[in-house]
Amino acid sequence: MDLNYSPEELAFRDEVRSWLAANLPQELKDKAHYSKEELMRWHRILAAKGWVAPAWPKDWGGTGWSAVQRYIYEEELGYAGTPPIIPFGINMCAPVLIAFGTDAQKKRFLPRIYNGEDFWCQGYSEPGSGSDLASLKTKAVKEGAHYVVNGQKIWTTLAHYADWIFCLVRTDPTVEKRQEGISFLLIDMKSLGITLRPLMLMDGAHHVNEVFFDDVKVPADNLVHKENQGWTVAKYLLGYERMNTGRIGESKRELRKLKERFPEKMKDVRWRDRLSRVEVELMALEITNLRFLDRMRRTGQPPGADVSMLKIKGTEIQQALTELAMQAADPNARETQALERRYLDMRKTTIYAGSNEIQRNIIAKMTLGL
Amino acid sequence: MNFDYNEEQQLLADSVRRYLQKDYDFEARKKILATPQGWSERVWANFAEMGLTGLPLSPDYGGFGGGAVDLMSVVEAFGEALVVEPYLPSMLAAAAIAKGGTQEQKQAILPAVAQGRMRLAFATGERGVIGAPLAQRIVLARDGRLTLHDKFNVAAYRTVDDLAAGDVAFQGKGEPLGAAGGVLEEVLDLGAALSCAEAVGALKFACDTTLEYLKTRKQFGVPIGAFQALQHRMVDMFISYEQARSMACLACSKVDQAGSAQDRARSVSAAKIRIADAARHVSQEAVQLHGGMGMTEELKVSHTFRRLTALARRFGDVDEHLERFASL
Repeated sequence: MDLNYSPEELAFRDEVRSWLAANLPQELKDKAHYSKEELMRWHRILAAKGWVAPAWPKDWGGTGWSAVQRYIYEEELGYAGTPPIIPFGINMCAPVLIAFGTDAQKKRFLPRIYNGEDFWCQGYSEPGSGSDLASLKTKAVKEGAHYVVNGQKIWTTLAHYADWIFCLVRTDPTVEKRQEGISFLLIDMKSLGITLRPLMLMDGAHHVNEVFFDDVKVPADNLVHKENQGWTVAKYLLGYERMNTGRIGESKRELRKLKERFPEKMKDVRWRDRLSRVEVELMALEITNLRFLDRMRRTGQPPGADVSMLKIKGTEIQQALTELAMQAADPNARETQALERRYLDMRKTTIYAGSNEIQRNIIAKMTLGL
Repeated sequence: MNFDYNEEQQLLADSVRRYLQKDYDFEARKKILATPQGWSERVWANFAEMGLTGLPLSPDYGGFGGGAVDLMSVVEAFGEALVVEPYLPSMLAAAAIAKGGTQEQKQAILPAVAQGRMRLAFATGERGVIGAPLAQRIVLARDGRLTLHDKFNVAAYRTVDDLAAGDVAFQGKGEPLGAAGGVLEEVLDLGAALSCAEAVGALKFACDTTLEYLKTRKQFGVPIGAFQALQHRMVDMFISYEQARSMACLACSKVDQAGSAQDRARSVSAAKIRIADAARHVSQEAVQLHGGMGMTEELKVSHTFRRLTALARRFGDVDEHLERFASL
């Protein structure tokens, strides 16, 4: 048993760390919110370095790193306080295209995703279809060389920045098994008939939207995989790259900031002990994450359903840290507002990307056999 | 990076597990506890035959030079089987003598310990010394100093988790051990780390047996594991166990190869905090999900509850370790 990284892995970490120190612009560092321009500026810096899509196949621009290297890389990004890599293009649409897309689709979309020319968003949830995604109703009817799309998506993160949206749509409402009537469709956000309505969240910020489709014509070429096989695509995506859902680098950074910002609170034993418990949970999560990576390496198998615990624990830790930060500050002070807003904002983490209750369902069913 | 036991450790763990499955199941354990002394000399002799009593000792004394991770593979299995022979205190006292004893003391004691002819106990005071009733020597850690005692009287009793313990009246001052600073902390951290490993074994059993119960116990015409309210609680137990296992790996690894005493102490305290929380959470839930049966002596889960309840507080409780963690 050896919990340390190998010399090669340590050298890799140092390489990433020093590159970030030299190339992360100060004005992009550690902001609560990033504009589209800021996000894309950072995206292009990484693309120029060749590091924007490490997990892709090498032919399309991937780095060929091991799972451990990818983990180290992502943790270093989080710890350095970089802008996020918006996942919808790089980590969601692209892997789907690589696995299921036609050559034409790959050539058309992948380079533009890599270079940050297209901004993507994800059209999954609907007002009546949250955790029960397969009940979705937005329908696409084939008419000649087009699909005509009608319906509504919700919680569409950064749709107001997006050039494209990938959607799950219902192409066959008649099948008994509702998973079998769903298709995966790529839709240009400039299409006629698409309207957006911002949904302001309780931190007062505009992250998410409602997207309405009103007789939107989508070329049939934009269907990914086969018609009515969209659920297969969605399931593939759910199983893809789930090794950094713990956001360990980011939480380490938040923890360090908390200690630096509130040294006097460290003398308050009650607060300090609450913080220590979160720190311990984070230490444990880091090792649990490394244990999963080690298991993948040993067995050559993709991660099991039990990695859902990384999302559960990671988001609980993220939330606990924002709560502790808020509790350390004067409730009425102007400076506290940012901490309060972050606390409000982070409540979403246990709800999005498969609520933590759904993650527990997954572990119960797939890992424990209940 | 590697979270496996190495081949030797795995072989050892497997042979210990096989032995415990064959000779130390719940019924066999009950019979041992029904004897007046409450532990088995035969079992201790078997430990010696398997090389366990010499595991952490140098080959110079008939041992195998094992570290904390080697011991972890053994005590984890002990935790699963709820072994009542006080192996860990004897190994800790031996480690203290090995680290701080004179050549003479080592020669007089360690080979006998390795061969299973001598048993030791490790005391941090006069009261509540686990293993005292069966110890020929006791190492006493008090006021930051270690002393070795061979003359003492023991008023024996059993702990809540059925370990032979006693209040000890030491006669004389004993022989001083280990002037070198840090030996005491090192030994206590070894003990704390291994108590974490033992807890991980007990946590594993508590999770496994509860999961099995959820799948077999039927109410309202279905296995109770079909109810989501119980599924989610089972998942949380499982996560607690995995997080605890991670921290036991960390603690034992750091005891073997920490960069500094501070690094070691911080990791061990973190592990103790997480494992104490897991012990409490998992043991309480395991009994709750077993319903009334979980409360009875008849099921092993109630004995596991008792072991976890005790382990959570041995070698420093959560509050003490929170204090130390924050100070480092």
